[in-house]
Amino acid sequence: METMLDFLQTNWQELIFKAWEHLYISMIAVFLGIIVAVPLGIMLTRMKRSASIIIGIANIMQTLPSLAVLAFFIPFLGVGKTPAIIALFFYSVLPILRNTYTGIKGVNENLLESGRGIGMSSWERIRLVEFPLALSVIMAGIRTASVYLIGWATLASFIGGGGLGDYIFIGLNLYQTEYIIAGAVPVIIMAILVDYVFSIIERKVVPKGLKGMKEVA
Amino acid sequence: MLKIENVSKTYKGGKKAVKNISLDIKKGEFICFIGPSGCGKTTTMKMINRLIEPSEGKILINGENIMDKDPVELRRQIGYVIQQIGLFPHMTILENITLVPKLLKWNEQKKKERALELLQLVDMGPEYLERYPYELSGGQQQRIGVLRALASNPPLILMDEPFGALDPITRDALQEEFKNLQRTLDKTIVFVTHDMDEAIKLADRIVILKAGEIVQVGTPDEILRNPANEFVEEFIGKDRLLQTRPNVELVEQIMSRNPISITEEKSLTDAITIMREKRVDSLLVVDEQNVLKGFVDVETISEYRKKAKFISEVINTEVYSVKQDTLIRDSVQKILKRGFKYVPVVDQNNHLVGIVTRATLVDIVYDSIWGEEENQVAEVVEMF
Repeated sequence: METMLDFLQTNWQELIFKAWEHLYISMIAVFLGIIVAVPLGIMLTRMKRSASIIIGIANIMQTLPSLAVLAFFIPFLGVGKTPAIIALFFYSVLPILRNTYTGIKGVNENLLESGRGIGMSSWERIRLVEFPLALSVIMAGIRTASVYLIGWATLASFIGGGGLGDYIFIGLNLYQTEYIIAGAVPVIIMAILVDYVFSIIERKVVPKGLKGMKEVA
Repeated sequence: MLKIENVSKTYKGGKKAVKNISLDIKKGEFICFIGPSGCGKTTTMKMINRLIEPSEGKILINGENIMDKDPVELRRQIGYVIQQIGLFPHMTILENITLVPKLLKWNEQKKKERALELLQLVDMGPEYLERYPYELSGGQQQRIGVLRALASNPPLILMDEPFGALDPITRDALQEEFKNLQRTLDKTIVFVTHDMDEAIKLADRIVILKAGEIVQVGTPDEILRNPANEFVEEFIGKDRLLQTRPNVELVEQIMSRNPISITEEKSLTDAITIMREKRVDSLLVVDEQNVLKGFVDVETISEYRKKAKFISEVINTEVYSVKQDTLIRDSVQKILKRGFKYVPVVDQNNHLVGIVTRATLVDIVYDSIWGEEENQVAEVVEMF
């Protein structure tokens, strides 16, 4: 316990920096995931045949060992933050893509017909009907992706991406428990906090009328 | 205003849903498409706003071929109401009603004014604007569904079994409300239903379809009196045919012309005296001009006789009346379905002119049973 306090006293500034780095890497990857996966998911709902193929590919990508993916990018992108972010981005795509797809698919047919019947263009249907109604499912996907990525971002340190993974690896190599704890505990706390923050965002953005419906049901 | 010319719809694989239908619909007309499921009624309706594209033939709205228009633009000019209500759960009532105006880019002020104006049409107050669909009853939701179709004031409205999912009493009330609304707003309406009662009640003309073809087109009366063939007869149902008797049509022909009424400023004692004299348990309340105001019944009088002195204090204004030119079957239905003991009859200006009671119904039923049998007896007698 005392060694832990000593460690914090000498390293707290560095610890905060590493935590920030960690958060930065994972959130940029999630952000890129949202930008790619949400529109792609919506597009997939318009293409019946390609949808299952593309989601299949995303599924396979998810099963690749993360360490292997990180190593795979070294010859192309070198080491550092960029390859780490890109590798993590691949892992954020699937949960967001899958949830966007199922969320939009799950929108009641009658509402779509109603929208078409009163003269909404395809884009207006997405913007005014499908997207708002699927938003809670999409947000759940984003939350899952964020929590995953914060965990996986520890591996970024392996290719020089920095973050709290640095402490864990140092701790493992030197057999210094306080380093491992100083790396692992903040990751856990960060994952919980991010999940909480996203749940607040979710509550803010999901349309009010839908919340009431759930309470009634 | 709406002209359907030799329109057919053939789906991929050669299934013919609609075969060579032609129909001319006048402005302000209420048309019901009716038929068993799969008869092509919904397909025909959806071709009018191009939710389904016709394979052959032409559809003209005010002389313009709908195929020359952009489908999205076209649909914004045509109101549309579907069976499952189709209100958007994530939008407030205000947003739902003003969706088409929003697509047409009206400003906020104009949209809100329009929404308030529309809510008034169905006796709903401004407090509903900010509510969400789940907070409303089924009947209220469908009223909003109808208002949404009216929002941009389109001359033509398509309705696909809009009242089908409601309970019978709400449906009955909404049909009535809607028919009145249609008369005042002078909209052309194409209405799909499989409920003959509904079609008879609402339609100016009924189009009966079977297997993608028109079997008969006519006013409800023409169809009831001269069904084109056995299919139509079957579809109408024997009991409805019985109800249409050639000589008696309008309520004013069968109503009793001396409804027992009282004016508002009379006292409760006066009321009970009249009730006793005339052997009735409720009185219709009118003003000096004989305009129907409500009713009082014996229960109310006995409950309030110590607290209230005048009729005006205890009057129950929720009285259900029919116009004197209503068809008999409508008022009969109202009495039977809703379990009223009587229905007051009023003229166009709400002056009390008569009353239809359950006893009146007994007369009609008596006539329709014994009237026929007497004739038969006469025939039998002649034979001997």
